[in-house]
Amino acid sequence: MKYPGVGREATSKEVAAWDIDVRPDFKGLPAGSGSVAKGQDVWESKCASCHGFFGESGEVFSPLVGGVTKEDIKTGRVANLTNSNFPGRTTFMKVSSLSTIWDYINRAMPWTAPKTLTTEEVYAVTAFLLNLNAIVPDNFTLSDKNIKEVQERMPNRNGMTTAHTLWPGKEFNGAKKNDTQNVACMTNCAPEPKVASFLPDFARNAHGNLAEQNRLVGAQRGADTSRPEGKTMAASTKSTAAAEKPADTKANADNKAVLALLAKNNCTACHGIDKKIVGPAFTDISKKYPGKTEYLAKKIKSGGGGVWGPIPMPSQNLSEADALTLAQWITNGAAK
Amino acid sequence: MKNEMDSGRVLKAPEGFLNRDGIQTVVNESKQGRRDFIRKAFATAAAGVAAPVALAQSNPVPLSGGDPNILNLPEHSVGLGQSVASDSGYGKPSKYESNVQRRQSPGLTQTNQASVSFAPLQSLFGIVTPSGLHFERHHQGWWDIDPSKHRLMINGMVKTPKVFTLDEIMRLPSVSRFHFMECGANTAVDWGNVAVPTVQYTHGMLSCSEFTGVPLITLLELAGADLTKGKFVLAEGADGSSMTRTIPMSLIKSGEVFVAYGQNGEMLRPEQGYPLRLVVPGIQGVSWVKYLRRLELGDQPYGTKDEAVHYIDLQPSGLHRQYSGIQECKSVVTTPSGGQVLLDKGFYNITGLAWSGRGKIKRVDVSVDGGRNWRTARLESPILSKALSRFNLDWIWDGKPAIIQSRATDETGFVQPTYQQLRSVRGTRSIYHNNAIQSWLVQESGEVKNVQVS
Repeated sequence: MKYPGVGREATSKEVAAWDIDVRPDFKGLPAGSGSVAKGQDVWESKCASCHGFFGESGEVFSPLVGGVTKEDIKTGRVANLTNSNFPGRTTFMKVSSLSTIWDYINRAMPWTAPKTLTTEEVYAVTAFLLNLNAIVPDNFTLSDKNIKEVQERMPNRNGMTTAHTLWPGKEFNGAKKNDTQNVACMTNCAPEPKVASFLPDFARNAHGNLAEQNRLVGAQRGADTSRPEGKTMAASTKSTAAAEKPADTKANADNKAVLALLAKNNCTACHGIDKKIVGPAFTDISKKYPGKTEYLAKKIKSGGGGVWGPIPMPSQNLSEADALTLAQWITNGAAK
Repeated sequence: MKNEMDSGRVLKAPEGFLNRDGIQTVVNESKQGRRDFIRKAFATAAAGVAAPVALAQSNPVPLSGGDPNILNLPEHSVGLGQSVASDSGYGKPSKYESNVQRRQSPGLTQTNQASVSFAPLQSLFGIVTPSGLHFERHHQGWWDIDPSKHRLMINGMVKTPKVFTLDEIMRLPSVSRFHFMECGANTAVDWGNVAVPTVQYTHGMLSCSEFTGVPLITLLELAGADLTKGKFVLAEGADGSSMTRTIPMSLIKSGEVFVAYGQNGEMLRPEQGYPLRLVVPGIQGVSWVKYLRRLELGDQPYGTKDEAVHYIDLQPSGLHRQYSGIQECKSVVTTPSGGQVLLDKGFYNITGLAWSGRGKIKRVDVSVDGGRNWRTARLESPILSKALSRFNLDWIWDGKPAIIQSRATDETGFVQPTYQQLRSVRGTRSIYHNNAIQSWLVQESGEVKNVQVS
């Protein structure tokens, strides 16, 4: 069926601008190359702040490097995946297709400035990651000419299976049966159930006061988790009643404006409220500069570096009034 | 007195209502197996018991002879209210509903732009998730994009690669369908053991909207797609990560996959992908690419980051299941649920949601004794394919501990599994696809806890 007047042919320039995907067979990969050495330079300036100098950091995102051995490179199956003593699963322990790494770095990295790397830089960073995982030597240059050979050295290249029933269609081998086959028993189904897992007491308030996470009318209330658990119904309901006040006090309303500013200016990409991410936690800044609202307001706008660590803070484009609001919130203790 | 007994509220039992003769009568009667005297004496004594201590939600008649909320007319009964369109043309919920919010789970992610906000399932009714409470999952933050500048491209194994503006897409014939969207990692936190307190955090990466848009098959045919050789479609977004996923051809050919601009009657919300996102019914939310910019038809799967590094399920063998997109049949009781308090014994409505990525829900059974015995719940209409269904069950709580569970069966006959069954095949490090039967322990205190039973 035709729809006259709807849509037009895409020009080859337009397609080239957006058709950037690289398939596992490397269809779509642009010609080019990049060395491990160049990759290290790019890494240190653009990647290390989030991923760690050796790609091992789990502070901002899951770790990329680690857990793969020479034996894995031979077999194509990462042994540590079945080692319950091995703490985590890095990207290179899992990924079976090298194209995925190239494709993702090219389209999505760096996280705050995606699609700004040149083709050479993407090859170089990919080569550096391969080198960190001991898949290629230090003097290696990755290119479209040798990338298929490197694929044959990926440590988990044989680690995927499509023998399951969770793909709709016949394109993969699939499986004949679902992997669970529960039956809907109705009476005398199981022995006496025993509670085997529940949250420990110290975690009671870890998700905030649950009394504020249920509405104030209806068949039930939220439990007041800011107090210890009541053992009797009278105790539970008494503490719940005490917690029944509207969640929106003036303090909360002011904080909402600050939190909105933090989100709008992406401050939270690098600064946690009480946790260091790339830059210091706001609560730590508050402790270091008591009362220094004007100084902080200026610093927010100008950026700078060298006080907390080597990575400089870029200058920020926000109004003086907004900078002052944020600085005031910091010197007031940076409450959530 | 009859009403107070029926309310299920705890009353203090009468004491000391028999004298010496009365006690002797009781002893004599009991030797003959009769209890008429003590029954009558107790009933008389109980009738004289003072009014019970008021609980937070009880409504006893006060000494003044009437509820002040009734006797004293409130200001809204004796005054003039606000005018129409007071909210500059777009209304908001009552200020008394401010506790109903989507929320982040503390400690789940280190950043706010690659993160999740969970829908408050414990506070929702029916099957529709209000658009402002729909869960969020972003990898590179969200944007409010100018729709006049947004474009959609179709390329690959097609006769003519195409470009559309939003105006053009909105001219094409459209469909409107209710569908659930569930993150593949919904309930992942509880794979090993209980980790979070409420249904918002255990199951809140789940929402359901009525989406409106153009079937993808229409756009592919417009571009002259080679549907014999073309077997997979790559969907790509316009966000910073230009997030990509391989979309199943069978769902495209069936007409189920569509390119949506509408959500619950209006355009998509910005954090839900305004002005365009892909709807892939029954498949993990990550395939529902937001800020959709391109669809490419190809003959091999694309091995994108979100199906080659993430969204792969580790098995005990050390292999990862890949291209495992279907969200299997699942259900959860939303109230009473973890972190809530029941204020009283007596009648309650157990309510919850059920859904299946393979079609319609056929039945939901509910247990209040931790899975030993089950009753079939009422399924409310509409019951739609690959959408949420609402179930309800009458329950009279006697004040004793209870473990509430729900178990769904879908139209393929698949029955929702237990944690034991899942773990025995998948281990505990599979991350995705946790559709286990959920247990909530109602304690004598009335407080409800998230538990797992052995």
